[in-house]
Amino acid sequence: MLLIKNGTIIDPSQSLEKKKDLLIRDGRIEAIDESLNVEGAEIFDAMDLIVAPGFIDLHVHLREPGFEYKETIASGARAAVAGGFTSVCCMPNTKPVNDNSSVTRFIVEQGRAAKLANIFPIGAITQGSNGEQLAEIGEMKAAGIVAISDDGKPVLDSGLMRRAMEYSRDFDLPVVDHCEDCCGAAGWAMHEGEYSALMGLKGLPGAAEDLHVARDIMLAELTGARVHIAHISTARSVDLARQAKQKGLAVTCEVAPHHFTLTDKDVYESGYNTNFKMAPPLRSQSDLEAIIEGLRDGTIDAIATDHAPHHANEKMLEFDHAPNGIIGLETAVSLTLDRLVHRGVITLSRMVELLSTNPARVFKLDRGTLKVGAVADVTIFDPNRKINVDVSKFQSKSRNTPFGEWELKGAPVAAIVGGRVVWRGEEG
Amino acid sequence: MPLKRKDLLGIADLSPEEINLLLDTAETFRDVNQRQIKKVPTLRGKTVINLFFEASTRTRTSFEIAAKRLSADAINISASTSSVVKGETLIDTALNLQAMAPDAIVIRHSSSGAPHQIAKIVNAAVINAGDGAHEHPTQALLDALTIRHNKGRIAGLKVAIIGDVLHSRVARSNAHLLSKLGARVALAGPRTLLPFGLEKLIAPSEGFVTFAGNINEAIKDADVVMMLRIQLERQSGGFFPSLREYSIHYGLNRRRLDLAKPDAIVLHPGPINRGVEIDSDVADGPFSLILNQVENGVAARMAVLYLLAGGEYREVVRP
Repeated sequence: MLLIKNGTIIDPSQSLEKKKDLLIRDGRIEAIDESLNVEGAEIFDAMDLIVAPGFIDLHVHLREPGFEYKETIASGARAAVAGGFTSVCCMPNTKPVNDNSSVTRFIVEQGRAAKLANIFPIGAITQGSNGEQLAEIGEMKAAGIVAISDDGKPVLDSGLMRRAMEYSRDFDLPVVDHCEDCCGAAGWAMHEGEYSALMGLKGLPGAAEDLHVARDIMLAELTGARVHIAHISTARSVDLARQAKQKGLAVTCEVAPHHFTLTDKDVYESGYNTNFKMAPPLRSQSDLEAIIEGLRDGTIDAIATDHAPHHANEKMLEFDHAPNGIIGLETAVSLTLDRLVHRGVITLSRMVELLSTNPARVFKLDRGTLKVGAVADVTIFDPNRKINVDVSKFQSKSRNTPFGEWELKGAPVAAIVGGRVVWRGEEG
Repeated sequence: MPLKRKDLLGIADLSPEEINLLLDTAETFRDVNQRQIKKVPTLRGKTVINLFFEASTRTRTSFEIAAKRLSADAINISASTSSVVKGETLIDTALNLQAMAPDAIVIRHSSSGAPHQIAKIVNAAVINAGDGAHEHPTQALLDALTIRHNKGRIAGLKVAIIGDVLHSRVARSNAHLLSKLGARVALAGPRTLLPFGLEKLIAPSEGFVTFAGNINEAIKDADVVMMLRIQLERQSGGFFPSLREYSIHYGLNRRRLDLAKPDAIVLHPGPINRGVEIDSDVADGPFSLILNQVENGVAARMAVLYLLAGGEYREVVRP
């Protein structure tokens, strides 16, 4: 038994935001009430802290199997809980690709063996994510996938995407799409705009994303599928998602912390630092403002990190040759608090929605709530703790982040998975 | 007054004073280059590495001659492929060179920003000899030297830069330099090869760098017409339909040059594609200073090496 005392519980799933105690028994929520006292229970003093349903990251790359030098499921799970995430959904672009139930089962088993965060695999849409033939989606579902995606390799064939969406409905899986039409921009290195012009780097226009998002929304309307737009990054795409929702379509979207924090100007000011290179690229100031508005007005459903570990050697290349991606699990909660909550963009309750309630709803996960009887996944955080991002202390195997040495206000304090405290910060 | 900076990575971060110091110093080296004995002992004992990741004859030779005329030891390394192909990272290549304690490393690389990445980790002065589509600062300096020598000034001139601006480091460095010194720069070319937005960030104030509606508008009343080399592979990249059409619509011929001021000069960073971006009678005509540019290149690079490798300005003006 674990009794979390003196904290402020914020749980949008039951419209709760109040100072209460929380009792966990046998891995489930046993009771929530004012001033609980239970004999024999282990006490967690959450004075001045927020107690929320466990945070869920809908978009991570754990690199296992195949790229264990970048990250393993165990190291990724350690990074997750150290960042306040109790569940992560891992993309299928491993080697081999998670396009069949054997790979799915391997990932699930590795996740269980790590005994930290819940690992929910996402299966490929097409075999090998080659965009040609549907993968065995039903079999993967039986093995434990929670969504399908060819993340990083957008399905360009609209006919095939239509079939994928139709087929996904038979298994009640959301289709997650990395929206990037080529737009003649193969080999792009950053967002196309005045800074790419200045830096002499090949740009990817915002329209490349917008086109693909528009297509997916039309296909969602045609097929009735649940479509989730990964790492939305442009003003127009946010608009399209807003319209789709107004129409009542089952379209959802997520944003990565770097897209509400940084712009293409930061790429310029970094002096060709490859830790500012990712897909989609850091966009313009007006895109960032539209994303902030989408977070504020509810258009954006979730904050997801797109945690993409790369070994330092791989990032030590010329900017245009360096691989895309940055890690995010251990900075996301602090960036959300610092950039969104403390700047008055969103409330703490909306933050919990974006990191827990909504992600659970979007992927239909049996999580994201502290209702009595629910699985006891809990994230405890301190909205006011000031941190200096120290990459040398990261649990991830990789260090590719643009946020090293940033001063941020707000940090996770503890992660509880299935009633067990799996991580507790130094000062927690 | 030495240049108070470790590296020359681009024109973008230079002040007009620094540019003028470089040009004034280059002017004195022009004289050295016309002497019987074209060598000064200024950089004796210094080592300059020319690290070229991209094929180049003119620029590499020019840097080599510049170093040798300053009595530095010049070593050429042609790394024909980028580090990613070779299997060694760019950073490792740089650290290996650093271990040999050079005083200056001159870098040409097909990736924008490669010299900047190297400059962060080596003690040697890093000189950008052209990085991707980003900057080519010594080209802009030699162009400015050529213009200044011919026109007596830079401020107030109209300079047309025509062609593939999108992929051109020469255009970027020139737009930075000329606008900083008060010239007005008109960029033009096929719309597929124009990086719109550049003008917002490049000029010291609005109006100094503009995209002209078409090339005739850019050339009209220009004091200087600078043609950019068209990379022949851009055609297969779908940027324009054919070299024939490019030549007709975007090439410089006598008729178009007549739109410029009567005493306009023609520049080209070379190597030229005769009959594509420039007709032979223009390239070889009396207003063409294309070979003067090459000549001034040595002086400009001597000035850069000299000022960055620790020389002082007064040393060269002494007869």
